[in-house]
Amino acid sequence: MTLKDIRIGSSAVIKAVGGEGALRLRFLDMGIIPGTRVTVSKAAPLGDPIQLSLRGYSLTMRLSDAEMITVEEEAVK
Amino acid sequence: MTFALVGNQNCGKTTLFNALTGSNQHVGNFPGVTVEGKSGSVRGLKDCTVVDLPGIYSIRPYSDEEIITRDFILESKPEAIINIVDATNLGRNLYLTLQLLTLRIPTVIALNLMDEVRANGGTVDTEKLSAALGVPVIPISAAKNEGVSDLIQKANEIASKRIAPRPRDLCPSGPVHRCIHSVSHLVEDHAAAIGVSARFCAIKAIEGDESFYEKLSLNQNERETIEHSIAEMESETGLDANAALALTRYDFIESVCAKAVKITSEETRERRRSNKIDKVLTGKYTALPVFAGVMLLIFWLTFGVIGTALSDLLEMGISALTDVVDQGLVSFGTNEIVRSLVIDGVFAGIGSVLSFLPLIIVLFFFLSVLEDTGYMARVAFVMDKLLRKIGLSGKSIVPMLIGFGCTVPAVMSTRTLSSERDRKMTILLTPYMSCSAKIPIYAVFASAFFPQYAALVMFALYFSGILVGILIALIFKSTTFRGKPIPFVMELPDYRLPSPKSVCLLLWEKAKDFIKKAFTVIFVATVVIWFFSSFDVRFNPVADSADSMLAAIGKLIAPIFTPCGFGDWRAVTSLISGFTAKEAVISTLGVLTGVGAEVNAAALQTVFTPLSAASFLIFTLLYTPCVAAVAAIRRELNSTFLTVATIVLQCVVAWGAAALVFQLGSIFI
Repeated sequence: MTLKDIRIGSSAVIKAVGGEGALRLRFLDMGIIPGTRVTVSKAAPLGDPIQLSLRGYSLTMRLSDAEMITVEEEAVK
Repeated sequence: MTFALVGNQNCGKTTLFNALTGSNQHVGNFPGVTVEGKSGSVRGLKDCTVVDLPGIYSIRPYSDEEIITRDFILESKPEAIINIVDATNLGRNLYLTLQLLTLRIPTVIALNLMDEVRANGGTVDTEKLSAALGVPVIPISAAKNEGVSDLIQKANEIASKRIAPRPRDLCPSGPVHRCIHSVSHLVEDHAAAIGVSARFCAIKAIEGDESFYEKLSLNQNERETIEHSIAEMESETGLDANAALALTRYDFIESVCAKAVKITSEETRERRRSNKIDKVLTGKYTALPVFAGVMLLIFWLTFGVIGTALSDLLEMGISALTDVVDQGLVSFGTNEIVRSLVIDGVFAGIGSVLSFLPLIIVLFFFLSVLEDTGYMARVAFVMDKLLRKIGLSGKSIVPMLIGFGCTVPAVMSTRTLSSERDRKMTILLTPYMSCSAKIPIYAVFASAFFPQYAALVMFALYFSGILVGILIALIFKSTTFRGKPIPFVMELPDYRLPSPKSVCLLLWEKAKDFIKKAFTVIFVATVVIWFFSSFDVRFNPVADSADSMLAAIGKLIAPIFTPCGFGDWRAVTSLISGFTAKEAVISTLGVLTGVGAEVNAAALQTVFTPLSAASFLIFTLLYTPCVAAVAAIRRELNSTFLTVATIVLQCVVAWGAAALVFQLGSIFI
């Protein structure tokens, strides 16, 4: 399962960070690393990109990039 | 002494820079790129400069901003680094700090937004933070100018006493620790030879930064030992080197924050407020209408209400002054040519430079408010999907929309875009958004040749401009600007009130920059055009502009435009004078057809047929913007070569499109 598949409002824990080159390093630098908890807050009006909440701040990325991040969905409380 | 100011985007870096320097700033570009650099002398410290480096999240050799920061620190060797961090989001901000500390350059941390942390009932123990990181930490509030003098004092102290950060190990033991140590040991002598900290070089080598392998001039044997060491670490951690390093840094930060930071709730008030505002500003059904509304309002205020009022006022002042000078020159019996030079050359030149100022100031007021509040980041978020198709990111929509008003501030506003590629491409595309100075040309031609379809003609022209812009973007996307754009992984900062001081300084800086950089170009162009239109080829002053050098040039190059249907020298001459300002196309046509500055339909019909009028309009739409816009393009592209290339491209595209319209039209009509 990737970050792209997480429904809006749900949270997930990052398992592996894919992508390559600048994109992957950007992920890592922004704190997207294995073990980090991410909440998908919303999608842009045209459906893409998405807004994430992690480490106490908001981050946006495109769905095609979110697809590179393997996650495990958190059980709904 | 030089201080480097380094920090993440959106952490108040510019506000701190303004607080450190006051209005005593110098703005320029870093050599060879469109990235802006500012420097200024530090208040209350003699011979001390602070350089505002671009906002970055990490020191990687990928974006221009990161490379500039790295090279500045390594090559200019500042005496101290002031690292500004956002206290409300230490977790992410300290990531850059950890990288900076490995440089072993005297560093002080400016803990910004401490007032916000306190207002939320949280605390940051600066002593514990300082002890954990091995560098002094000064709590500040850049916006309220609190703690700034303490910061300057501390920076001065560590710089003069050369107090480097005390080395801290990110993890007491473990594979990453061992790898960093063994590589540090190996590169120690090489690093000393280039005067950079061994630890920094080691980490760069582990990250796989090729340029460091070269800089350190490592031999094959050493390279292999390093690679072996990295491979060992990777197999032990089960992660690749970069992920392992990032994880180690974040783990270390978490342990530091656990000791030093106390927060009362997960979400700050500012965060909650931002989420509420975002419900509307980036909401599914409200985002696009709000954006359209904001842009329309700015447009209306700038080009409709305030900007025009100020422009009119300025124009009145200039023409009053011109009249006084004119009368003075006449009564003094000054030579007619000198009088013409002063009035039609010098004053016209100054007037056209100044007429842009109100637009620039009013527009940048609104734009800087949008930028500083954090709304621009939302624009990028909302518009990304549309603009991605032509290879741009969402923020580029703003300069392009402003282009419909005036190309000059539109091009100037590209500086806030986040990558070199986006900036260059947006600068190239903006002139295709038909500017408001071209409306009189369209209106006169439409009423002379297509009176029933005036509105349709207008619409078709605007639409053609956008269409050509998109086509050119697509061509550039797959040729010159091919390759991976900068990843669109962007922070959405909390909404904050802009600081009036920062907004004022920006307006002042933009106005100053425009006058300084554009003045010479516009002024020279106006005087040159005056010269060409006042003298004939034998340098005798002309009474009839049809005999002028300008007309001679028009006649000379007119045949080039025969395929476009307007090989008439009067049409071509008017296009040349349109280079000073687009309004001049109409007035020149009037003068050359012998009816005076107010050209009429009958006069135009002696030069154009309806079909050649259409192709002439297409050419006017697409060819080189006015000299002020060219000056702005030159300033922002930071390259004369690229500017000339842009002008040539615009003329070639315009010629091609006009010829296409005329030739196709000739077949069907």
